[in-house]
Amino acid sequence: MSSSNFYNISNLLYFIAMAAYISYVGFKTRGIALAASGITIAGFISHTLSMAVRWADSHVFWVSAVPTSGTVEALLRSAPLRNLFESLNFFVWALIAFHLIIEFKYKNRSLGAFVLPVAALALAFIDVSGMSKEIEPLVPALQSNWLLFHVFLSFIGYAAFGVSFGAAVAYLITVTESRNEKPYIFGSIVIGIFLVVLIAMGIDFLTLTASQRGELLQSYFLKATFKNSSGLIAVASYIISLAFVAAVWRFGLGLKKVLEGLALNKNTLDEITYKSIAVGFPLFTIGGVIMGAIWANSAWGTYWSWDPKETWSLITWFVYAVYLHARLVAGWKGKKAAILSIIGFVAVIFTYLGVNLVLSGLHSYGSS
Amino acid sequence: MKDKDNNIFYAVWNLFASIKLAIVVLLLLAVTSIVGTVVPQEADKAIEFLADVAGENNAPAIYNLFVTLDFIDMYHSWWFKLLLVLFSVNLLVCSLDKLPRIWHIIQTPVHPLGEQAIKNLQVSREIKIKGSLQEVKDGFLNNLKAGRYIPLEATDAGSVQFYSQKGRYTRLGVYVVHLSILLIFVGALVGFQFGFDGQLNLPEGTTSSSVYTFDGERIDLDFLIRCNWYETTYYKESFRPQEFESELVIIEDGKEVMRKIVEVNDPLTYKGITFYQANYGSALQFYPNINFYQSNYGKIPVGLGEFILKVAPAGGQEQAVRLKFGEAFDIPGTGIKATVVDFSPALGRDPRSGNLYTFDDQMLNPAVAIEIKEEGKNAYTGWFLKRDPGTWIIPGGHKIEFVEFWGLEYTGLQVSKDPGVWIIYLACIIMTLGLYVAFFMSHKRIWIMLLNEKNSVRVLAGGSATKNRLAFEQEIESILSKTSEAVEGRSRK
Repeated sequence: MSSSNFYNISNLLYFIAMAAYISYVGFKTRGIALAASGITIAGFISHTLSMAVRWADSHVFWVSAVPTSGTVEALLRSAPLRNLFESLNFFVWALIAFHLIIEFKYKNRSLGAFVLPVAALALAFIDVSGMSKEIEPLVPALQSNWLLFHVFLSFIGYAAFGVSFGAAVAYLITVTESRNEKPYIFGSIVIGIFLVVLIAMGIDFLTLTASQRGELLQSYFLKATFKNSSGLIAVASYIISLAFVAAVWRFGLGLKKVLEGLALNKNTLDEITYKSIAVGFPLFTIGGVIMGAIWANSAWGTYWSWDPKETWSLITWFVYAVYLHARLVAGWKGKKAAILSIIGFVAVIFTYLGVNLVLSGLHSYGSS
Repeated sequence: MKDKDNNIFYAVWNLFASIKLAIVVLLLLAVTSIVGTVVPQEADKAIEFLADVAGENNAPAIYNLFVTLDFIDMYHSWWFKLLLVLFSVNLLVCSLDKLPRIWHIIQTPVHPLGEQAIKNLQVSREIKIKGSLQEVKDGFLNNLKAGRYIPLEATDAGSVQFYSQKGRYTRLGVYVVHLSILLIFVGALVGFQFGFDGQLNLPEGTTSSSVYTFDGERIDLDFLIRCNWYETTYYKESFRPQEFESELVIIEDGKEVMRKIVEVNDPLTYKGITFYQANYGSALQFYPNINFYQSNYGKIPVGLGEFILKVAPAGGQEQAVRLKFGEAFDIPGTGIKATVVDFSPALGRDPRSGNLYTFDDQMLNPAVAIEIKEEGKNAYTGWFLKRDPGTWIIPGGHKIEFVEFWGLEYTGLQVSKDPGVWIIYLACIIMTLGLYVAFFMSHKRIWIMLLNEKNSVRVLAGGSATKNRLAFEQEIESILSKTSEAVEGRSRK
């Protein structure tokens, strides 16, 4: 089977698993929980195979394009971590891997209802953004052994941060008593905006495909809605989004009723939030920031140039550094810590996607 | 008076030692950093951006405000530097403030504990093992040693206690990380003070003795650097660049001392100055007085650059030929005389009309037109494409390979001297080690009390770990079950 077959199968299984985890939260039947885990594992195997096949295909491609490269070099240069699609795909893979580890370790199947949606959002983003899934030749700047380590460790880190985000959201919902509590308002607005941007990008993709213009999706960002040339549509987009975010706030707490009486212990969630960051932070620092700086120095002649990507990774680093110090030294726990974790993940998403979509700079490889 | 001085000192010290200040400074750094990622950090781009966002009319006023606030070059502004200084002082004072206490904990040996104290530890377990005190004692001694603990022993009436600790120095991991961050600032300062960043655009075949910094300052090198050639290679049958490369030569005292082909991830370093492949372009801007021959395929500079060909008669020896536009050459032993008559940097075929045309002014698909004249026959002209060997063979089986039109491109080099980079690399290594220790290693303390009972021993085990309590619990349980198995000769369960 081809890489895309395996990929599609894994996508399907993840979506089914997500539904199963969510219904487990609703019905609390052990059978559903086991099924959810089983489906996730099957999806993960298929996903792993899709990446292996893709690696093999890229290897064939690379060897035919550059017959002079050595065995190790050819393997490194064809690893499936080379563009936006492959990195997001790896992010989802790592996220699911983390999820399975935590499920196994903490014997807690409810967290899937919060982590799988993050994976599903990433997969949905791959499709609505219309990014290229083709195997493409590597541009000169990426032909470095640092690519593999830098991207690999960064995304393991991102995935750990993704788990902490899922756990922090679950925590906030569990401890919130009333809709008017500030932490809840903040959390629901963040998630509402996430969804709004995702939907808006989906509309971009659909209208651009329908219009059959050769415009780049990146330059078309939000032009179907918020930046529409018709002022009416633009204003309507803002109003609808506002209503949507309000609806997320209004009905999000409905999840709490579903969660009540479930094996979701708030202390466990708090601990998972912290532990995921404690794993993600060193990996992100070493792989993302340090290796990125060393690579930049060998490719561009400067280890730090305040390029938007570098700066945003530093911002992310600051936020998680605050989380760790606030928790370990100042003793912040619970809601305050959960909010910091959510802010941290917003910074992660902006570092990874926002910079490529909205800002420009040296680091534009991941944008096609 | 002295006391007062002391009080002020302690007040300032306490301010900088506070975690609140650390959190505030980190958050301020995070928030202010966003500005420079949104507002372009170059004057003309910033104006363009502001005109786009705020409208042409408002842009100048906002621009002036941004200049006052240093938003256009914010990462080098006095207020951002002040934040970084605050951050470093805070980091240093916080670490110095905490270190004595941590050092005291590290230096404090473990002591035996009472029964209740063991029960109150972070982790504690109680089991019974059938066997004599001596057997159980030996069992624990073995298993503690196997777990890399060095157990100490305290004996009391009817009870024995083992107590031990390991990994106490891992408590320093976090300070190692802090130190590495300060070291990065030191490295950055050294680079700022003693290094420079510049650029050098060298046309093929030219030599330079100096480079220019980005502020326009000229820096003289104590050697010469020459670009032999520049070339963009493309992936097969596509216009996606595979590599940007130039051959650079370092000349010192009239002698060639170094020669290297630099690529994007592979620079040349000589005497602490590093030359990186950064960009490339047409070299015509460097020759303002050149004349051009206007053909259907573009403007061809006259007298500038050389066509490099490899010529071979059918079955004969290959020979390199270099010639200028309009010049002629022979194919040895064939009586063929050939003349370079036209050139296109990017020759393509219009799919509709089938006509040849130049589709780009970059060297995407260089092609040379050569007029071939054989005695007694009609002359004809053919195109020879650099990227298509199929076009190199002419009737009669003779070969004219088009290697390149040399001398028309320049290589753009980023030039850096940064003596601080080694400090940065050292800091990176220290930080990596520090992070590993701080996040993945733990200071563990363990107490095991053995109380002699009739035919059996009551075991009270407990301990504490600075990290990963779950794993530590499993470690203690494993020591208990292994010992109990060894003594009783069967599983505890």
